[in-house]
Amino acid sequence: MSNEAVAELNQDIDLDQVDSIIEPYLGKKEMVIPILQKVQEHFGYLPRPVMEHISRRMHIPLSRLYGVTTFYAQFKLKPRGRNIIRVCKGTACHIQGSPKISERIEEILDVESGETTDDLRFTLEEVACIGCCALAPVIMVNDDPHGRLTPDKVKDILDGYE
Amino acid sequence: MSAIKLTIDGQEIEVAPGTTVLEAARQLGIDIPTFCHDPELPPNGACRICVVEVEKARALVASCVAPVGPDMVVHTESERVINARKNNLHLLLANHHLDCITCEKTGDCKLQDYCYRYGVASTEFEGDYKNLPYDDTNEFFLRDMNKCILCGICVGKDQLIVGAGAIDFTKRGFVTNVGPGFEDPIEESSCVFCGMCIDNCPVGALIPKYVTGKGRPWQTESVPAVCPYCSLGCNINLHVKDNEIIGVSPVMESPVNRGHLCVQGKFGWDFVHSDERVTAPMVKSDGVFVEVSWEEALDYIVDNIKEAQSRYGADALMGLSSPKASNEEVYLFQKLIRSLGTNNIDSYTKHSHASAVEGMMDALGNAATTNSIDEVAATGAVLVIGANPAESHPILDYRVREAAHKGADLIVAVPEMIGLVDVSTGYLPLKEGTEVALLNAMANVIISEGLHDQDFVDKRTEGFDQLKKAVEKYTPDYAAGITGLDEEEIRSAARAYASAEKAVIVSDACAGEHIGGADFVRALANLALLTGNVGKESTGVYLPYGENNLQGAADMGVYPNVLTGYQHLKDKAVRDKFSKAWGVEISETSGMSVADAFAGGKNSSIKAMYIMGENPVACGGGSPEVVEYLKNLDFLVVQDIFITETAALADVIIPASAFAEKLGTYTNTERRVQLSQPALESPGEVFPDWAVLVELAEWFGFEWDYAGPEEIFDEIASLTPEYSGISYHRLVDGGLQWPCPDEDHTGTKFLHQDSFNRGKGLFSTVNYKPEALPAKGSPVTVSFTPGYHVCQCLSETLSKRSVISAFKKTAVSS
Repeated sequence: MSNEAVAELNQDIDLDQVDSIIEPYLGKKEMVIPILQKVQEHFGYLPRPVMEHISRRMHIPLSRLYGVTTFYAQFKLKPRGRNIIRVCKGTACHIQGSPKISERIEEILDVESGETTDDLRFTLEEVACIGCCALAPVIMVNDDPHGRLTPDKVKDILDGYE
Repeated sequence: MSAIKLTIDGQEIEVAPGTTVLEAARQLGIDIPTFCHDPELPPNGACRICVVEVEKARALVASCVAPVGPDMVVHTESERVINARKNNLHLLLANHHLDCITCEKTGDCKLQDYCYRYGVASTEFEGDYKNLPYDDTNEFFLRDMNKCILCGICVGKDQLIVGAGAIDFTKRGFVTNVGPGFEDPIEESSCVFCGMCIDNCPVGALIPKYVTGKGRPWQTESVPAVCPYCSLGCNINLHVKDNEIIGVSPVMESPVNRGHLCVQGKFGWDFVHSDERVTAPMVKSDGVFVEVSWEEALDYIVDNIKEAQSRYGADALMGLSSPKASNEEVYLFQKLIRSLGTNNIDSYTKHSHASAVEGMMDALGNAATTNSIDEVAATGAVLVIGANPAESHPILDYRVREAAHKGADLIVAVPEMIGLVDVSTGYLPLKEGTEVALLNAMANVIISEGLHDQDFVDKRTEGFDQLKKAVEKYTPDYAAGITGLDEEEIRSAARAYASAEKAVIVSDACAGEHIGGADFVRALANLALLTGNVGKESTGVYLPYGENNLQGAADMGVYPNVLTGYQHLKDKAVRDKFSKAWGVEISETSGMSVADAFAGGKNSSIKAMYIMGENPVACGGGSPEVVEYLKNLDFLVVQDIFITETAALADVIIPASAFAEKLGTYTNTERRVQLSQPALESPGEVFPDWAVLVELAEWFGFEWDYAGPEEIFDEIASLTPEYSGISYHRLVDGGLQWPCPDEDHTGTKFLHQDSFNRGKGLFSTVNYKPEALPAKGSPVTVSFTPGYHVCQCLSETLSKRSVISAFKKTAVSS
């Protein structure tokens, strides 16, 4: 998703909702991770205006908040799509051609791994191993596994998600 | 606990328990390499270059975090250790751009030094390099994070010491970096450009812009000097090559700044090389300044001053002295004016601090800040009120933070959010101008809850009963109505301040000018006296001045009514002493203050004025009345390094050397007399103020015979009791704090230990007066807008001719 598209989304953030989440934690800087988790739960990601607001209210420098959020994989600084595609990058899937699957998805959605489409329909991620190597190469869309893929099967699968 | 005995490289040593192996080795003079270790930051143990071999230990240990143990046997350069360090260096070089030939850090780079020491020329591990863009957005320094080795010292200095919170580690793994949030350019972060990241970077990741291509460390001379900006008087080293300053670093062992600096000290010196320097005497002819010879200029001055004095009397002359010139120069200036038969000698800048002087004199009998800067760090509670030291006196802000980190209660009572609130235990956002009501309410709580120090009050103070009565009506409830604070907040602030074993109050000498005048300062003193928080270490009231030698100028007798060391003109013995030493009669009559002179307007009895290094026209944003007044004079001499707004109105401009071009002493706000060495030749036909004054005195017919500043200082010491034990050779390491009455005296760290100058400390009855706020157009304008100097009382004469004028987030004082 482009920075401009993210910035546009960030304009409509309601900071009052952030305040009500932070309220019980005021003065407790050590609770920064639970705060970030709850805020992310609410917004789906950690918008910059929200991070700046937390920084002011909690008296934690923005640099430190950013350091924490970029250290942990669970925190997202960009919006995530309605549907999360996870492409398995495990050994079995790799040998069975997962790079070609990724390539095809990137081509269809016009995003790179880790990114979200501008219409927020999909977020594309890579994961280490889904745990069903018998189905290699495999992807998950939300909670649905799709196995024994070839690049030409991808489009139909994605079309099934709005 | 008993000492622990251990052996390092065959040498035995006994150290206190808890000492690290690194510290013990350093005590023996053994050099263990370090990257991430910094004595004032929490132990890190990340870089592993400091590993040593401890016999019987399974693995190598990081000496910077490993505590010593009984009978430990340590080898700091065994084969195993050397191999580990080599490996470490190979790994660092695997992701380091080796452009040492052009790297500015060459010769002063730890990575280079250790590679040299262990013979590591290139890496064994070829792999990816980071390829990050340079951050070249700001005026001060370049950030090349491809060279960063992630030691984290810059992060520690920024977050813990300075509290700017501009940078931190970001991401993780190979792409770990150091930088601002959201990878913003440093210019857009909360960076305050103190430069301490640069001073402590072990490699060439952070490079000050001015140094680029100018010279290698081994080609420069390092000259110790005193920072010319605020009154803390930080110790700096000027790095000089070919008569040019190419950099400044803090003096690490300085008792004043301990290796810390702010943007002014680190970057503010470039005005010295400004094209705008005056390089020859100038006389105004038909409204235009024309360069003239020194003889012509001095003749012109002598003729005009004599003319004015013969026509209107000796008191038609007034001298305004600099808050920046050295003690020796200020002393000679007042000596010259007084030798010319008048006591009309004053300082304009001092008037922006008048209420601090008045309030402190009334309460304690001495206007100076009571305790030393460093003592703040060891106190138990701090009340910050009417000031934002991060903007006016950053090093003091660092000390307040240090106290807070060590567990002191920190109460911040200012109308708007300031950086110190981040580490405070209580934030009191009171309504602007209601400080006196808050302070009275705190006194009320302290007395009514019996938190005051009765013993101290009985023995060391007077006026307690009146105070008690006066603050009766200032109940927390009443004060809450005025200040807009919560009653309970006021109570807990009072309790925090009063119940700490030691507590300090941090404000600003300018503060009184905008909040309650001298009454504000008296109210501060009331609290300190009530709780016995004065006359002891790590207590007191801090009212630092804005200019580097305002304390010295006051000490040197730049007052219409006192001579050096505040010796009063009325005292015949004093007058006789000075008359004898100077060979002239000293007038008994007090001179006119500059405020009275300016108030006289067109009818002023002052006809000729000699202004040395002072810029009243620009002070506090300027005033048309002052311009009108100066224009109206028969004769105006201005001695300065630039054609300032004031100098532009002069009949004669006399050039002067800048601080880096002359030898002299300066007295900082903790009364520390410090020696500053000359680093440069003055440009053109320019001489130090003292040399000009000696020459001018001769032109006037006085026989002054000084070989240099040291002889002038010896004369000051012989006439000034507080300075009498001080001499140049005693000032070489860290200076001396007056009073220093004799040569064996080691100086006075804090004032009022056994008694106050006025005998007993005086409680004053002060009341909150809403109308005490300054009217518009007052010489002191106030802004609590975050990002601007709290107290714009200074003229910005130097800073606006420096790169630091690009940066408005912090103190830009003078």
